[in-house]
Amino acid sequence: MTTVDEAVAGTTHIVRGARVEARHIVKRYGAAAALNDVSVVIEPGTIHALVGENGAGKSTLGKILAGAVIPNSGEIIVDGELVRYRSPRDAIRLGIAIIDQELAMVPTMSVLDNVFLGSELGEHGVLDRATQRHQFADLAQRLGFAPTADIKVAELRVADQQKIEIMRALVRNARMIVMDEPTAALTREEAQRLLDLTRQLSATGVTIVYVSHFLDDVLALCDTITVLKDGRHVKTVAASDETKDSLVTSMIGRSLDLQFPARTPPPDDATIVLSVRNLRRDRAFEEISFDIRAGEIVGLAGLVGSGRTEIARAIFGADPSGGEVSVEGQLLRARSPQGRIRRGLAMLPESRKDQGLVMMRPVNENTTMAHMRSITRRFGLHRGLERQVVGEAMVRVDVRAASQTMPIRSLSGGNQQKVSLAKWLVETPKVLIADEPTRGIDVGAKLGIYEMLHALAAGGMAVLLISSEIEEVLGLAHRVLVLREGRIVAEFDGGADQDRVMRAAFGSTVNLGTGSQPAPDHESDLRGQ
Amino acid sequence: MTDTLVTDGPNATDRRRSWLTPSFFREYAIIGAFVVLFILLSATSDVFLTQRNLLNLAGQQAPVAILAFAFTWLLINGEFDLSAGALVVLSGVLAANLHDDFGSWPGFFIGIGAATACGVFNGWLVAYVRVNSFVSTLATGIIFYGIQLVITKGRLVTITGDESFKTLGQHEFLGIYWSVWIMLLSGIAVSFVLSRTKLGRRVFAVGGNPVAARLSGINVQAVKLLSFTVIGLAAGIAGAILTSRTNTGQPDQGTTHVFSAFSAVVVGGTSIGGGRGAVWRTVLGVFFLAMITNGFNLLNISIYYQQVIQGLIILLAVAVDALSTSKE
Repeated sequence: MTTVDEAVAGTTHIVRGARVEARHIVKRYGAAAALNDVSVVIEPGTIHALVGENGAGKSTLGKILAGAVIPNSGEIIVDGELVRYRSPRDAIRLGIAIIDQELAMVPTMSVLDNVFLGSELGEHGVLDRATQRHQFADLAQRLGFAPTADIKVAELRVADQQKIEIMRALVRNARMIVMDEPTAALTREEAQRLLDLTRQLSATGVTIVYVSHFLDDVLALCDTITVLKDGRHVKTVAASDETKDSLVTSMIGRSLDLQFPARTPPPDDATIVLSVRNLRRDRAFEEISFDIRAGEIVGLAGLVGSGRTEIARAIFGADPSGGEVSVEGQLLRARSPQGRIRRGLAMLPESRKDQGLVMMRPVNENTTMAHMRSITRRFGLHRGLERQVVGEAMVRVDVRAASQTMPIRSLSGGNQQKVSLAKWLVETPKVLIADEPTRGIDVGAKLGIYEMLHALAAGGMAVLLISSEIEEVLGLAHRVLVLREGRIVAEFDGGADQDRVMRAAFGSTVNLGTGSQPAPDHESDLRGQ
Repeated sequence: MTDTLVTDGPNATDRRRSWLTPSFFREYAIIGAFVVLFILLSATSDVFLTQRNLLNLAGQQAPVAILAFAFTWLLINGEFDLSAGALVVLSGVLAANLHDDFGSWPGFFIGIGAATACGVFNGWLVAYVRVNSFVSTLATGIIFYGIQLVITKGRLVTITGDESFKTLGQHEFLGIYWSVWIMLLSGIAVSFVLSRTKLGRRVFAVGGNPVAARLSGINVQAVKLLSFTVIGLAAGIAGAILTSRTNTGQPDQGTTHVFSAFSAVVVGGTSIGGGRGAVWRTVLGVFFLAMITNGFNLLNISIYYQQVIQGLIILLAVAVDALSTSKE
């Protein structure tokens, strides 16, 4: 336990920061490659940012550096030595810690106990609480803040919980700390304080890897910036040579060769099907108002945490919210998914495995789950009718399954997603909310889903499309609403230039024009309204 | 029921399909074990395969089986009920204590009704107050048992000289105990609901993935409330049969029946994780465990070994369930 003494010897203590190198890292999730041959060197004592679009692989790379994710291939070299992590514990032993978006604390235990969790001081299993307190006080002084040691972690704000995580990393003698989107859940002032704290930490020698999509923070804080795009390394540069716009320019650009089906615009006299007015929820989103007409696909674009999914869930009645949602002019009073499904709403949720399907149940049960009324006769469920209904739905969405009664988990991701969609087509809804409809599925299945969404819109449905792949939103939607920090900040016509949408999402207003074509659309900036 | 057999079967697209996987064991081991034990007992004991022995076996197991059917439902729904034992006792004790004032049948109905009402209360706590079902039914079980003690003041009430009180547990209809008829009816009813109705599908969906069920428009809370109501009803009926069989309202039995019922469900192969299971499995589970006891008695094997072996079988069943679930 003497190592802890070294780590907390006081404000003058300087840590020898870790030098970490990643070579040719490849990480695949199913068919999709999250990282493809990425190499990067994190110099000791620096603050090194990892930036990129949604899904560029920045979080994955950060987790791989900290041993929280194991790559499929590639090497990690710490201080010149090749290491092979099997778990985050191996990384911690080398002095590398991660502060994840999901904080890893025991909320019911005290601050002090959490800081020393897993590295308790004492002899023969008996806690030495006095020494723990002493070291805790030293740490607090070194970091320049003084949390109460005895309060339960659950009672702290997220910002303070993060500081506790940092303290824990230091108690474990961390020489490098990976911070994954540390400011995403913080207010502006809290974020500012965290940046100050990070600078102080860096001044004591600790190496910091800072994963974030807040480019202003990155530019103000970091020494070096690595830009990733579609799982590939774009560049590693000194932060002083970059501007927000130069960064945005290098992280975007059409990269997928996906063919989107031709858009048929809704007729001019198409009626408004979905109408959202002043939808709001504390700390999530506010002043959300828009309409979707029959036959129209409206896309919601924005960064992770901008409120896309939260808005979708609120419209569907899955989460409570203020404001009004109307379908075909009628205000929806029901506040539950159950009530809103009856009024013609349907939602393909963000995660088919956790929210969409009952994985252990067969295809037919999953397909009819939301509309069992249509297969019920006087003496219970009608098996023949169900076979017929499910068969028709499977053909309609082109699901390839050996039988209707095979467990859904034995299907491929693409076919699972098609079943999630088929579930909502047993009775045709008026509004379809599709949240990440193509996440984690192969290109062929993606195209299938695209065509189906178009066909459904062409049939008069109002479609709200959410995707973190900006190409997808621009390629499919007739209209795109851009969200930033829970507000609609811009609106574009479908087929708008990707640069301009991304700049709106990142809050970068200067248009450098590099690589951007003349925009064939009209842009209306809603911020002034 | 055959459909459930197919649908909760092992992964059909496993490329390297092996017969010795945990999930194969979970699905089909109970059938093999049941058949082997049945043949073994028929061969080694002269008494086992007689109509009298089998009918007695069925009559003995009726209360446990009725409880086990409701437990199957509840486990598929992803919940648990530790208070069912107290409800078995409460129902029987009420029937016996009310007998002199109201007669046999009103007593039974009030007892069953009270147990059902307690089930509703359990369901409300779990579904609407959102208390973990293990903890809430542990607490309510103590309360229900206490209520029963308040009613009886701990006295053992014996009913003598009224044949109608014996109907459920000791009389026969068409050569078969009334309790066995009730067991058959409730088995068919629960099986039908689970495999052939909207409600059944909802029970599976809520147990398998409550989030997906809610987002599919299923009223998760109402389904859970109903599941607890059903086990309250089943506990009430089981209590009535037990009281009728012994002519007494005994304040100190019940818990053992609940554990037998739960063991039978698990041994049958219904997952304790929720979302899968079937009534036919529980039927096999109940009678497999009963045959072990019955067979050991017929073969004069010590009761001490029975305990050890029953415990090992339950442990094996739970371990196989855990292994097969983690492999998915």
